[in-house]
Amino acid sequence: MEFLLVQALSGLASAASLFLVASGLSIIFGVTRIVNFAHGAFYMLGAYVAYTLTTRFAGPLGFWGAIVAAAIIVAILGALMEMVLLRRIYQAPELFQLLATFGVTLMVQDLVVVIWGPEDLLGPRAPGFTGAISLFGRMVPTYDLFMMTLGPVVLGILWLLFHKTRWGVLVRAATQDREMVAALGVNQKWLFTGVFALGVFLAALGGALQIPRTTVTHAMDLSIIVEVFVVVVIGGLGSVFGAFVAAIIVAELNAFGILILPQISLITVFLVMAVVLVVRPWGLFGKPESAPRAAAGLTIRPWRPFTQMERAGVALVVVAVAALPFFLGNYALTVGAEILIYVLFAASLHFMMTVGGLASFGHAAYFGLGAYGAAFLVKYMGAPMEAALIVGPLLGLAGAVLFGWFCVRLSGVYFAMLTLAFAQIAWSIAFQWVDVTGGDNGLLGIWPASWASRPAGFFWLALGIAVVGVAVLRMLVFSPFGYGLRAVRDSALRSEAIGLNRQRMQWAAFIVAGTFAGLAGALFAFLKGSVFPDYMAIPTSVDGLVMVLLGGVETVSGAVVGAVLYKALAIWLMSQTDLSKLVLGGVIVVIVLAFPKGVVGFIEDLRHRWPRKGNGAGAPVGATKAEAA
Amino acid sequence: MKKLVAASLAALLLAAGGARAQQGEIKVGEINSYSALPAFLDPYRKGMDLALKEVNDAGGIKGKKLVIISKDDGGKPADALTAANELVSRDGVVMIAGGFLSNVGLALADFAKQKQVMYLAAEPLTDALVWSKGNDYTFRLRTSNYMQAAMLAEEAAKLPAKRWATIAPNYEFGQSFVAVFKELLKKRKPDVEFVAEQWPPLNKIDAGPVLQAIDAANPEAILNATFAGDLVKLVREGNTRGIFKNRVVVSYLTGEPEYLDPLKTETPEGWIVTGYPWYGIKTAEHQAFLDAYQQLHKDYPRLGSIVGYSTVKSIAAALKATDDYSTAGLLKAMKNLKVSTPFGDVVYRAADHQSTMGAYIGTTSQKDGQGIMVNFQFKPGADYLPSEAEAAKLRPAN
Repeated sequence: MEFLLVQALSGLASAASLFLVASGLSIIFGVTRIVNFAHGAFYMLGAYVAYTLTTRFAGPLGFWGAIVAAAIIVAILGALMEMVLLRRIYQAPELFQLLATFGVTLMVQDLVVVIWGPEDLLGPRAPGFTGAISLFGRMVPTYDLFMMTLGPVVLGILWLLFHKTRWGVLVRAATQDREMVAALGVNQKWLFTGVFALGVFLAALGGALQIPRTTVTHAMDLSIIVEVFVVVVIGGLGSVFGAFVAAIIVAELNAFGILILPQISLITVFLVMAVVLVVRPWGLFGKPESAPRAAAGLTIRPWRPFTQMERAGVALVVVAVAALPFFLGNYALTVGAEILIYVLFAASLHFMMTVGGLASFGHAAYFGLGAYGAAFLVKYMGAPMEAALIVGPLLGLAGAVLFGWFCVRLSGVYFAMLTLAFAQIAWSIAFQWVDVTGGDNGLLGIWPASWASRPAGFFWLALGIAVVGVAVLRMLVFSPFGYGLRAVRDSALRSEAIGLNRQRMQWAAFIVAGTFAGLAGALFAFLKGSVFPDYMAIPTSVDGLVMVLLGGVETVSGAVVGAVLYKALAIWLMSQTDLSKLVLGGVIVVIVLAFPKGVVGFIEDLRHRWPRKGNGAGAPVGATKAEAA
Repeated sequence: MKKLVAASLAALLLAAGGARAQQGEIKVGEINSYSALPAFLDPYRKGMDLALKEVNDAGGIKGKKLVIISKDDGGKPADALTAANELVSRDGVVMIAGGFLSNVGLALADFAKQKQVMYLAAEPLTDALVWSKGNDYTFRLRTSNYMQAAMLAEEAAKLPAKRWATIAPNYEFGQSFVAVFKELLKKRKPDVEFVAEQWPPLNKIDAGPVLQAIDAANPEAILNATFAGDLVKLVREGNTRGIFKNRVVVSYLTGEPEYLDPLKTETPEGWIVTGYPWYGIKTAEHQAFLDAYQQLHKDYPRLGSIVGYSTVKSIAAALKATDDYSTAGLLKAMKNLKVSTPFGDVVYRAADHQSTMGAYIGTTSQKDGQGIMVNFQFKPGADYLPSEAEAAKLRPAN
């Protein structure tokens, strides 16, 4: 009995650290609707700056002063980022800000290694909280007790701030309806900057307070960012109290879960999120989102299929690409095949995001399922490549049927997070079920049939599948099903009034997208000759999102360009430098600022500003291509 | 957009032109998770640099300069394969080497088998690499999970403790290490029992609850296989809670400077660990390495430095042992190849392609606020490997 009480206390201490970071994210999320991927980066920066300061200034005053100072310094950095970067792109399509914060995250990961060196850094313990006291016959660290107290104190301060100050009232109003607040004459700019700085302050504080417990490393951000998102969503968007309760639930379930199933930590938060979202689609303390106002700028120019000329142009390009094996070496062709596979993967996600209006954060699940499907057939049934390529993606389809059924009940960010939860559950099964999936060591020896084993052969195979896949997705966009899907996306109420079943249509779109992702995954398995759980891990999902956003959400086939750009750049940088993340992140930030509608969206804008002269004789090839995209 | 494919591929092709083989050079490819795990791989690279300098200063490989092209894999098997492909298909390297994570090592080993190119695995510890998933093209330098588990089990069997608990990161490395340790300890001491186990996710240990759960089972001894940040959390939390008091802890890899140094004044007293006490090794070959390393880098070596240095020395030795740089020629040269390393001579066994590199075992202590290993002993790897005939049976027929 005493043991269980102490275990509960330990859980509370973990909950407090989780809550500190989550509260900041929740506030930012609630007001600006930015999926702030960089929140983990600020958490890490808080820890690094605090390390530098606490090792310089000794003594209790030095230590606690340094913790607060670190949080303030990082908050200023956060405010700067908001002013320089995010402020310029609030009008961009939904989720585009995610791309910007992702770029910043990549840069910070490399920058901290450049600045603070590669070694893990150990800061001092907190003066006054170095020991433990005996509770119920067991030792409980006083720092745990301090954290346990700090959680509710921060919650209280935030409550006072939001309920007793004018600024706080405005923030709450903006959380509910930002357009209305703006219409009433409130200067949104500074409100947003202030909110962002406060959120970053809390993240950095959370990071700084980790110093007495663990080392400061360049991987700290990844270890927390996703969990924090999950906590925010479980609690309900924008609800700080919800985040508090969710943090406690997650941490306690974890603390007791490991007593029964020691491997459970891998997946606790995601299981909790999946259950909560299925039962309560807006989180524990969230409110149903009011019907979103149609985002200005979306579909001002209706999409249209290719003209005959454009079709001929595309055919020419495909022929040109198909001729590449006569000019390029083996390495370039293998890279080309990889890019083509990602083109198909990104196109499938793009279909779901753009046409279906369903942004998925867990699309890699179906990519990975397709890869495992193909690998299982080869490994356990001795199937040839051709059969595995056809049947393997069906595992992706099956996953999409199952997960999609739950997901399409939700919308917006809740939908995105539920897809993430399912992807993580799928990942953890692949990771843990060692007997079947090989665990993290993966399944090896999934090599292509002899006719496709030469890079040129595989390149043609990948090209054929990618072209057919993208073409089919395009045809779907302009089919009655595609029109219906767009209607559902733009106005759920009106489309239901004319007899379109929203959930069923979106479920179908989900399944289509999942199947094509599975096809891409099956190809990928043969390209690499092996399958690993990280094919369906979060970074793969994020890569897909980045490709779609880079290309342009509001376009029909922008993902194709986005995938080519991003993957080619990523592979090339990786080969050229160890600081590839720094450069890649920088490039993404520049692209975000230069093309807030994505690369293809930008080119389309250009084309519509300057109508084509004659037959487009003077227009660059890229532009004529993209206008049709 | 397809134009972009063409353009980017053409750019890659152009870049390839610049990397054509120079006369009088032998190129070897190397892949590692430099950006993902700099704490281990920065010293590793420094070790490689030193060995490469020594090899080339001494006339290279029969007059030809040894060139090592290093690529980053970001800690992902798929990206490691892209890099391997670049090295083999474009840069025309005679063999590939490197790897830190076990899954990356296995992916590269499978690639080597498929493309029929030799792969020398530097650091990956998994036993599968040379045994259950071993292949003709893959050799491994580092003292494996099995060998280090056997060394630790030998020490553990000398202890009076009968009730054991285990804490290990939840992935293949931790799982297979714990399994081997259990098996070998039980063989030596049939009356031990394992009363609790905890499997925290890598880099995400929730140390308080994990340690409480271990404590509740009331073990006499604890086996730990967590490392890096997880280890620090575990040690700090355990010290504060008094979990390690009156308990023996056997801890894998903890004596490696990469993981021991960050502990500083938190370093626990008397843990039995494997590691690298560079400050106390008195052999001539290590002293020579230490002096040269400190002179070149103005820094002390970590275990990664030893691995990087010995990898390059192994490559050079293999290339010197043959004039036939085809894969078949290199594979032949690697079998029973003897290489001098700072840890003494090692031999790449012909039967299972595992080197006989040994490891240091000692106990932890503190000196001037730094963690060190004391009372350490060198354990030759050959003593802790199954015989070649037995090991050959562990490998798939291929």
